Amino acid sequence: MTAKVAVARRREPVDRVAWLALPAVAYLVVAYGWPLLLLLARGVTGPTGLTLAPFASFFADPFHWQVVANTIKIAALVTLVCLLIGYPTAFALAWSAGWAQLVLLAAIILPLSVGVVVKAFAWQIVLRRDGVVALAMVKLGISSEPVRLLFTEAGLVLGASNVFLPFMILPIYSVVKLIDPRLNEAGATLGATPFYRFKRIVLPLTLPGILTGVVFVFSLSIAMYVIPSLLIGDRFQTLATLIGRSFLFMRNEQLGSTTALVLLALAVFVVAGSSILARRLERSQ
Amino acid sequence: MTRIEQSATFAVWVTAFLAVMFLLTPLVVTIAVSFGSSSVFTLPPPDWSLKWYARLPATKGLAPSLVTSLEIASLSTLIALLLGTLCAIALVRGRFPGQEAISTFLVSPLMLPGLVIGIAMLQAFRELGLRGAWASLLVAHVVITLPYVVRTVLGALSLFDFSLIDAARTLGCSYLRALRKVLVPSLAPAFVTSGMFAFLASMDNYPISIFFTDAWTKTLPIQMLQYVEESPDPIIAAISTGLIVLAVLALLVADRLIGLRRLAEF
Repeated sequence: MTAKVAVARRREPVDRVAWLALPAVAYLVVAYGWPLLLLLARGVTGPTGLTLAPFASFFADPFHWQVVANTIKIAALVTLVCLLIGYPTAFALAWSAGWAQLVLLAAIILPLSVGVVVKAFAWQIVLRRDGVVALAMVKLGISSEPVRLLFTEAGLVLGASNVFLPFMILPIYSVVKLIDPRLNEAGATLGATPFYRFKRIVLPLTLPGILTGVVFVFSLSIAMYVIPSLLIGDRFQTLATLIGRSFLFMRNEQLGSTTALVLLALAVFVVAGSSILARRLERSQ
Repeated sequence: MTRIEQSATFAVWVTAFLAVMFLLTPLVVTIAVSFGSSSVFTLPPPDWSLKWYARLPATKGLAPSLVTSLEIASLSTLIALLLGTLCAIALVRGRFPGQEAISTFLVSPLMLPGLVIGIAMLQAFRELGLRGAWASLLVAHVVITLPYVVRTVLGALSLFDFSLIDAARTLGCSYLRALRKVLVPSLAPAFVTSGMFAFLASMDNYPISIFFTDAWTKTLPIQMLQYVEESPDPIIAAISTGLIVLAVLALLVADRLIGLRRLAEF
């Protein structure tokens, strides 16, 4: 993302213009930066000064390790499913023209503009034992009797992949449409096999888009709250649902804040790690 | 084309076709259920009926939550467009230290978990003595909408040739007139795109809003999730269908104004 907000260099020094940034920056510092710092400060200070005790007791509980593992496992699966469907679809979007492109674009952008509660509710209906997916699986001979996918991990991955798929397709599409088709032809003329051309031309050129898409989908998946609440329920906890439960139902703000900081650390690690990777990619090309 | 390439191309189109079906599934299911007569979501519905729509006006809490959401979303989008555009101009034209860091900071709310931002704000607003649900929602939603505006307008501005403004002034325009006649039209697509996504993000927000609602002030997603948890019936599908129709209308308008392809530029 940082690559996209690259700041253009200007010709003349106009320092007075800098003040125009002040309202937005001041607003975000007060309404967003300071609250996060406060959360962090309260998380690492006890009655006797700096302490990591809340985190020690958080990680002393094997249930919490399970919650962290659940969060990462589901996010990784959702990202994988989105990549497998999204990568070819991004190519189709770039190659298509006319009405085919219009259909693809509408199918990608329309769900983006429909709320997540609406979509999660629809997946509740689809994944029931008498739902569309179960009946289709019987018809196709995948299962002998209708299976209830609602409140299973498979159902959660399916629903979440559906909601986050556009965030994988669009960044990959934005790099695919820039690929010069002559590169591939040149490779073919020089005798490279299709596999070799994909590995040496197409894949490296689309890697930045893949990285952006993977980071988008993974970040959204570790943070999702509404989708697991509706599709898998209380027995399966992720960091986000644990935060929600501790604040809204258990009224345990201490546990909620500690869990929030663990999730924050995970999210920052993903974003920071990916921007280091992106910089390395840029340099190697 | 070799056979391998042919089969790869075929696989791409098949996947894309399946992806379109997959993406549209929840929308089609919602619409079908909302027009069905069955109250247990049987698909396809045994009979068609409009009874769930007839019950909408009597649904408790629906209208107030819709009004709250529309108020918060439009106000926060307007504030974000104003603050975000000013800030983007400063970042592109100004020269001051930490510009890269500032633009990263401004879009960072998009990348951090909503629930974490929500509880941080909850505790901080409590500290500041900000207690009203409506005011807290507005303050919080500007944080959600601002990144969309900054990201898109910054991208559009860095492609804008500022010497065009000097040219307009040489030709006799006042500075403000030059801004209005040259800068604003070329930023219009960015305003439409970012305004739309900011508005939708606010309308759809659950994880931050949940901390700032009370018995009287609820946003639409909060109210809808409450319906889903308390009494799941096709009335929710009828509300959802209304929202889908709104989204389609918004996209048609955006398509007319700037073209659908531009919305896909992420």
